[in-house]
Amino acid sequence: MAVLDHTEHAGHPDLGNVRKIAMWAFLGSECLFFGTLISTFLLYHNTTGDGPTAKEIFSIPFTSVSSFVLLMSSLTMVLAHHAAGRKDWRQMRVWLLATAGLGLVFLSGQAYEFTTFVHEGLTVTTSPFGSAFFVLTSFHGGHVAIGVLMLLATTFMSFGGKLHEGQGMNVELVGLYWHFVDIVWIVIFTVVYLLQV
Amino acid sequence: MATLNPAVESATASHHGRKGVWSWMTTTDHKRIGLLYGVSSLLFFLVGGVEALLIRLQLAAADGTVLSADAYNQMFTMHATTMVFLVIMPAAAAFTNYLLPILLGARDVAFPRLNALSYWIYIFGGLFLTISFFVGGAPDGGWFGYAPLSTQVTEIVRMDYWALGVQILGLASLLSAINFITTVFTMRAPGMTLMRMPVFAWMATVVAFLLLFSLPIIAVGLFEVFLDRNLGTLFFDAAAGGTPLLWQHLFWLFGHPEVYILILPAMGIVSEVLPVFSRKPLFGRSFVIFSGIAIGFMGFGVWAHHMFVAGLGPVAEATFALTTMLIAVPTGVKIFNWIGTVWGGSVRLATPMLFSLGFIAMFVIGGLSGVTHSIVPSDTQQHDTYYIVAHFHYVLFGGAVFGLFGGIYYWWPKITGKLLNEGLGKLHFWLMLIGFNLTFAPMHILGLRGMPRRTYRYPKGLGFEFWNFIATVGSLTIAVSILIFLINAWRTKARGRVAGNDPWDGRTLEWSISSPPPEHNFDVVPVVHAEDDFWHRKYREDEEGRPVPIPGGGDPLVAGPDDPPIHLPSPSFYPILAAFGMFLTVLGLVYVPLGLVLAGVGVVTVVWGLFGWSMEPLTREEH
Ligand SMILES: [Cu+2]
Repeated sequence: MAVLDHTEHAGHPDLGNVRKIAMWAFLGSECLFFGTLISTFLLYHNTTGDGPTAKEIFSIPFTSVSSFVLLMSSLTMVLAHHAAGRKDWRQMRVWLLATAGLGLVFLSGQAYEFTTFVHEGLTVTTSPFGSAFFVLTSFHGGHVAIGVLMLLATTFMSFGGKLHEGQGMNVELVGLYWHFVDIVWIVIFTVVYLLQV
Repeated sequence: MATLNPAVESATASHHGRKGVWSWMTTTDHKRIGLLYGVSSLLFFLVGGVEALLIRLQLAAADGTVLSADAYNQMFTMHATTMVFLVIMPAAAAFTNYLLPILLGARDVAFPRLNALSYWIYIFGGLFLTISFFVGGAPDGGWFGYAPLSTQVTEIVRMDYWALGVQILGLASLLSAINFITTVFTMRAPGMTLMRMPVFAWMATVVAFLLLFSLPIIAVGLFEVFLDRNLGTLFFDAAAGGTPLLWQHLFWLFGHPEVYILILPAMGIVSEVLPVFSRKPLFGRSFVIFSGIAIGFMGFGVWAHHMFVAGLGPVAEATFALTTMLIAVPTGVKIFNWIGTVWGGSVRLATPMLFSLGFIAMFVIGGLSGVTHSIVPSDTQQHDTYYIVAHFHYVLFGGAVFGLFGGIYYWWPKITGKLLNEGLGKLHFWLMLIGFNLTFAPMHILGLRGMPRRTYRYPKGLGFEFWNFIATVGSLTIAVSILIFLINAWRTKARGRVAGNDPWDGRTLEWSISSPPPEHNFDVVPVVHAEDDFWHRKYREDEEGRPVPIPGGGDPLVAGPDDPPIHLPSPSFYPILAAFGMFLTVLGLVYVPLGLVLAGVGVVTVVWGLFGWSMEPLTREEH
């Protein structure tokens, strides 16, 4: 609007801070969301009916590798954030894309894993165990996919130039989200995979 | 008088006179969004009221023939779903939207466009639930949607409408909760410390946190219901080893905090009204605030009192009996504080005050009957009887709705600039109070005599006829009182008395600005020095503590040429677009697999809306 004079910002809260608080609030809500999904899984972890059990179906070495990939993506995310702090936009883009790439590798691993499980006779309709497993891990995968889109969008927008002021903040916000999704995976990997075999 | 700030003038000029449907569809002004919430919730209140009247007409005499069993099931399901999700929650959102920024001395909420998105998701969610009536019947499995009743019959899509409708209404509330929390923590005027925030702002904050932590739980439950119905998952299929009890836990883990989500805004309103009409500060103000916070925490620890007949075992039942007794304590603290506020005050019995006092009285009755539920053997007797119906209507109607009407009468002059007629207002109050008690007090007796809930007719000779007839007379009395309110509102529009800035001699910041407030709320961002800051601008105390007016103390602050310019959020079309996309998505999901095409169109529309949103040049949010 024409009314605005962008040189004067007195009385306005720091926008980066505002968004960070909103993101923290959202992630607080997400904790309960995944907490409920994980609780559902724990309720049904032995309710396998005639279908395969966790022991029969999980391949810990494979999932360990894909978990490691996701963990590494948190490292590249930190590097992207540092680069943004130095206003080194080129480096930042490289690390953002690396993070997105690792996220995609993780998602491919999950797709492969799902296909294998289906072949071995576990689907969402096999048993409450199958329902709980697939719904929980799919919601997590969906979060990773949204994170990849956010990473790509941030990279893409950094070419626009006009966002340089807020750039560091955007990376920080995406980073908060990304680390959160990683931490959730660590919990899932421990509770759903490691404790069940 | 100082020279007007050019920024104030140009802000007023460019934003003033924006009219027409388009300006409302694209508005990001928290006050307009508050008004939209208010009008929408009032319309749904009439819908939910008609549903209630049909139920009461059916039950007026034994062997009623007004509704079929099927229609009756739809009515009680939609009456509750409407009143909870489409009336009381959005009415509270209306007050919070309109008032929270002004009470904090801010010019808008933290994220104005997100605020608009919340509203449009809500209204499309309401529309979505409503159209189910016209395409094969409305949801009929109760507002609690107990599995497996809600998951077994999948050829009829009614409960898909319910699961998806409640899901997106929850999303709307979640977004506004995040918005309000961020607003409270970042947008307060200088000097407005957390403890100086008006109690309504505090209660709105507690509600936002309750929403933030309870909605994700029900979201998961609703997804599981939807997937059981449409993808063949087995979450609640007992034959395959699933447990329907899981649904009850998830629903009430949300459902009990939800009770406080519904009642705390009304408690906040009453805490604003009582001091003004008693000309005393709120007694034990910090106790009221901290007991509100305590209720927020404890609200997550009592849910299983809804499940005492589910066979949880003696340990769980004893635990939840105790927590349920315990949560009555902070509520009792509040009631004593309110009574202490009125005690010894110079009380003016204007309509907002009547509704607030009515709130206290009715809420005490509902609260006490609630405590009786904590006694497990007694609750086992009352479970699923009209005693329960009586109890929660005393809390949600006698409590929440009375409180909200008090707020409507209190802030109407601020929002519209005109005072509602006091005579009609008092008539509304007394008729509603009498009608309410005629309707719901007899239900205690009916319930103790064993009349079951959710049963569409009862035979002669069980002793149910008389009190049911009285209850129906009462419900018609309530309807008349609502009609009087509507007439009052209509009359006021044409010939209401002009309110001026401060018709009630108020204590909080909204009364320091014009009625209705300018689009930018404050010409000068106020600097806050005390609780009830505006009161202390108007009055000092003499040696005996009596208020002495300060000449000119209530005059509005005028911006000087050196005051910083005013930033207002631009209107945006993208929130309504994204919300419409969500509407298409859920509509498509009802009719899987064919509907997936429509759902796909919906998702693309959402993405389009969000993409346009993030690319839009901004005035406030982006710098
Ligand atoms: Cu409860």
